[in-house]
Amino acid sequence: MNADYAGLFRALLPETHLVVGALLVLTIDMIWARHRPANRHHVALLLGIIALLTAGYAAITSGASGHIYGGMLKLDQLAIATRTAVIVLAALALALLPDSRRMNHPAEFTAILLFATTGFTLMAAANNLLVAFLALELASLSLYVLAGFDKTSPESAEAGLKYFLFGGMAAAFLLFGFSLLYGLTGSLGLEQIATQLVMQGQSPLLVVALVMVLVAFGFKAAAAPFHLWAPDVYQGAPAPAAALIASASKLAGLVLFTRLLWPGLGSAVGTIAHVPVTVGWAPVVALLSGASLLLGNIGALAQTNVRRLLAYSAIAHAGALLLGVIAAGRIGVGPLFYYAATYGLATVGAFGVIAALESAGPVHQLTDLAGLHKRSPLLAGCLAVFILSLAGIPPLAGFFGKFSVFASVLQLGGLAGPVGWLVILAIALSAVALYYYLLILKQALVAAPVADATPVRVTDPAAIALLLAASLIVALGLWPSAVLELF
Amino acid sequence: MNALPCTIYVSFTGALLALAVGTRSAGAARIVALLTALTAWGLTLGAAVNFVPAAGLQELINAAWIPEFGIRYHLAADGISLTLLVLTGLAATAGVLFSWNITERTGEFFALYLALIGGVYGVFLSADAFALFVFYEIAIVPKYFLIAKWGSTNREYGAMKLVLYSFAGSALVLAGLLWAYAAGHATGFGFPELVAATGRLDLTQQTGILALVFLGFATLAGMFPLHTWAPTGHVAAPTAASMLLAGVVMKLGAYGCLRVALPLSPEAFHLLQPWIAWLAIIGIIYAGLVALVQDDFKFVIGYSSVSHMGFVLLGLAAANPVAVSGAVFQMFSHGVIAGLLFAVVGRMVYERTHTRQLADLRALPLHRLLPFAAVVFVLAGLASMGLPGFSGFPAELTILIGTWQTNPLWALAAATGVLIAAAFTLRAIQVSFFGRTGPDICVTPLESLPPITWPEKAGALLLLGATIYLGLSPDTLLDWIRPALQSPYFHAILSGGAS
Repeated sequence: MNADYAGLFRALLPETHLVVGALLVLTIDMIWARHRPANRHHVALLLGIIALLTAGYAAITSGASGHIYGGMLKLDQLAIATRTAVIVLAALALALLPDSRRMNHPAEFTAILLFATTGFTLMAAANNLLVAFLALELASLSLYVLAGFDKTSPESAEAGLKYFLFGGMAAAFLLFGFSLLYGLTGSLGLEQIATQLVMQGQSPLLVVALVMVLVAFGFKAAAAPFHLWAPDVYQGAPAPAAALIASASKLAGLVLFTRLLWPGLGSAVGTIAHVPVTVGWAPVVALLSGASLLLGNIGALAQTNVRRLLAYSAIAHAGALLLGVIAAGRIGVGPLFYYAATYGLATVGAFGVIAALESAGPVHQLTDLAGLHKRSPLLAGCLAVFILSLAGIPPLAGFFGKFSVFASVLQLGGLAGPVGWLVILAIALSAVALYYYLLILKQALVAAPVADATPVRVTDPAAIALLLAASLIVALGLWPSAVLELF
Repeated sequence: MNALPCTIYVSFTGALLALAVGTRSAGAARIVALLTALTAWGLTLGAAVNFVPAAGLQELINAAWIPEFGIRYHLAADGISLTLLVLTGLAATAGVLFSWNITERTGEFFALYLALIGGVYGVFLSADAFALFVFYEIAIVPKYFLIAKWGSTNREYGAMKLVLYSFAGSALVLAGLLWAYAAGHATGFGFPELVAATGRLDLTQQTGILALVFLGFATLAGMFPLHTWAPTGHVAAPTAASMLLAGVVMKLGAYGCLRVALPLSPEAFHLLQPWIAWLAIIGIIYAGLVALVQDDFKFVIGYSSVSHMGFVLLGLAAANPVAVSGAVFQMFSHGVIAGLLFAVVGRMVYERTHTRQLADLRALPLHRLLPFAAVVFVLAGLASMGLPGFSGFPAELTILIGTWQTNPLWALAAATGVLIAAAFTLRAIQVSFFGRTGPDICVTPLESLPPITWPEKAGALLLLGATIYLGLSPDTLLDWIRPALQSPYFHAILSGGAS
């Protein structure tokens, strides 16, 4: 292997910024900020945002240089776009920090968030099983800590523990699957694995390896039947952590597994666009997708807690995203990326509204949102944009995300096979989904506030983040080509 | 003509403006809304004055929007679009006048109202199915909030039902269009491209696509048995929203059927034609009979809307130039008349008496208390029954003549609907306004009601003027509509009408 350290350093510039930023946040907090409790949150936030901005700049300007360091990483358009998007999503999530006053260690929170983001950016570019696994674990371990970060709340501890146990199990499956793949092909690089698999053809061992990998994928994407952690984590985790788990982590995971499944295991895809179906990973992904669509949408109907409702909506969206994964290799990865990124924006925004509200009082039931239009018109307006985007109402980005994914899936073979029927199911269920999204908006925009409701004061960083997310959703919804033309 | 796209932009800008000024002053929001509606209506009238009827759509804007999917921002208009655009402007202006009394969150009310109007203008101007769909959905969501916040009886249920029906309908449309686009390897979402793509598929798939798209649009047009959202939604809605729903939004569905659904596949259409026609006829008669026994005044009007929309669908199903031009004319005519009826019932009567139960109204000498409302309602009722001199007469007559050419049995069955309409309208007039008559009535001071205000009078006169003008001079509209139907785009479905 030709060790090109200079090239590696250039390619990893965003990660370097993030890690240095994380260390800086910790150091400055230790030396200076922790003696000034009034400013502690803001110093951490400021340094974190600076680290993310410089990293984002480095990610945008890095250029698609292809294989890095002997194919360990692959910097293509997808990697660059994903790195930029996860950094933006992480910055939006971090901006919610000042609203989470109960969090006593803002610097640690910021540093761990930056480490998690480092994991995401590496996941976006990983082209080697080992790098992929390490990146995934760096991100996951950071997220476990973030989920359990609110030490005053038992729910947060429960969220952290549950997430950790499920995640650890999924990681074990993934590692076992990777080891089988390595055993089959004798290599860790995705391209080499692909060439080997084309020569070898299908084998029972490969099927076992695929199933193991897909279990981990299902966990990361919160797809049924591996979704059980999602409602509890979304409910218990501090709002910025939940926002990160629901958005950037999902986007990075989808990109990682799409890269793994298409360029790596593309020869074992199987067919699902036409009857009869042949064995491969696509039929399994389609099963996960159908299960998630049904379970997510129907489960959401019964929820009375805002965060749990968002969790079930996330499961439903995971179903649609998995359909995008099936189409990604044939039609292009643009629709999948667009959907996942704009979905992330809307989720971060929704959690941002919850975070801002939580600073004024507990937000458990849907009825806690009552009269939001009176208490804070800004929050109500932003929430309407985010929720309607999740519901897929044009001209917001959520609509075009769904539209493009469904259109590209149907281009595989029309309605001639199960994957086409899944699209029809997904479209039909979007009408079901509108019902529970409207329940949220009914409370926020229509219902009158309760008698002792006070106006909600939104901190400036959160307000900026919310407005930014909302305007991005509108702008990308009106000009989806801005994202699609990248691919 | 080239200014027509501005109707969309003006409406959306007006919506934002109303939202902004509404936080300060309700009066300013009203003025903004009225000016916006008037400006947009003026633009449509200006286009109508200079309109040269021609076959086919006249280009307005055609720019690449999302090249990755071949989607274009393509706006164009022909006589059919123009008819409905003028109707939208008229109904929107009258609606603003009839919501002059909204005092709670006025800015938000008019912002949602104008956003809905902007979406409606967009649908009627779109020449690309994707753009049409986007505008169509933009028009759906504001309805929920308008009804759930400012509505009356059972408003949250009515709002949710209406929006879910509309959205489910649009989901069917989306599924059908995507099916045609993907399976037929279309290069874009322009109407001719989708027709060509559908034509590349076998007849089973063509029928499936047509059925999905048609059912989706017909849901919004109130086709039996998918009409149940309409009466509950109309009843729950505030007056201006009822007027728009019945007057304009149901026309979106019928317009979608005509513009998008039916031309997709002539062969599949001829398979489905009898089904559509009979469902339309059942709708006419069933909704008419239901209207006959309603206790709630607004439900009578709600069901009458479904019945009259049945005529539109029947005209489309009959598929010959006469019937279809009658259907488009009926869209306009019903839009005006239904708006007028809802305005009298919802605004003039209900806001003053706070009851819509016919039994309660019967006890009031309403024709003495509200003479203006009584006159307007009688005239609107006559128009609704299809009496000569009002727009309802040429509309339904043209539809019936055209339908007779296709299948006399359909025309005979639908004609009974005209009789039923006369019955329920006369009953409503008699019971509500003339329940207590006679020389010995004295109006007690307790029974006196606030007088009719100027915005109500202005709105009612606008709508009355339109229905009488078109009743006397139906060719004004038919001269726009007939050439539009000569377009090759409609040729395949309109030629083989006889069966």
